[in-house]
Amino acid sequence: MLTCRQMTELVTDYLEGRLSWKDRFRFQLHLGTCRHCREYVREMKVAVRALGRLPPVEIPPATMDALMERFRSW
Amino acid sequence: MRFLRRATSARDQGTAAQQRAASHQDRALVVRLLARDEAAFVSLVRTEHESLVRLALVFVRNRATAEEVAQDTWSGVLAGLAGFEGRSSLRAWIFQICSNHAMRRSAREARSTPFSALGGPDEPAVDAGRFEADGHWAHPPHAWRADTPEQILERAEAVACIGRVLDELPPAQRAVVLLRDVEGLDAAEACSVLQVSEANQRVLLHRGTLEGPPGAREASWRRVKRC
Repeated sequence: MLTCRQMTELVTDYLEGRLSWKDRFRFQLHLGTCRHCREYVREMKVAVRALGRLPPVEIPPATMDALMERFRSW
Repeated sequence: MRFLRRATSARDQGTAAQQRAASHQDRALVVRLLARDEAAFVSLVRTEHESLVRLALVFVRNRATAEEVAQDTWSGVLAGLAGFEGRSSLRAWIFQICSNHAMRRSAREARSTPFSALGGPDEPAVDAGRFEADGHWAHPPHAWRADTPEQILERAEAVACIGRVLDELPPAQRAVVLLRDVEGLDAAEACSVLQVSEANQRVLLHRGTLEGPPGAREASWRRVKRC
């Protein structure tokens, strides 16, 4: 049976789909019995997905102008 | 260009159909750029420029130099666009050009620390003090009210906080989290851009996602909920 600490060391491989079937089974078995680890993994998934949806950062007009100049002279 | 980003589940690799669709979108975008379509260029720059600056900052000393690297990257992209063969995604190709520029600039600045040495201390991903001696939580995560990414991102202060957390990561971890989670590159693409092994990339991603900045031994992304 995995401990919570071991779970945190495996969570990236779990999210990456890199665990063997045996370790994945042990991981999921642990999640089934530990609400704290379920919460931990849920937060990780939400945070990772939020990272992929960050809005673009506004580019200073002078930078954009310089890049457009490069584009137009390309 | 946000549609190009992976956004289905945490770090899934996408289905073959999704990857084909992305490839089709890349080709369509390249055609527009080669036709000197300014709107396409503006859109691409708006989406990727800041990420290029952030990636360059992994290798060079300051933001001004990173900005120069990012701008030179765009020149490199335009110069090489006709030769883009689609063997990787367009985004991965652009980041590859950026990392090449940044590494060359870094060498000129005599900042030649190996990339692998920029990853931060080799310690457990989560502070050992959060666990009992038997390995179970002593200080478990408190329930997070945000159930979806949208609930986080609708708060401007939380978005700014995510940016700060990202900037505070050790450089190599920041680079891997940026490429994998923010930009949606797959593992092979990230390895190619950063010239690291797959195993090293996974370690950096693990620590970058779970670890706080040096001295703050708490999973950094969990700090976002307090922002």
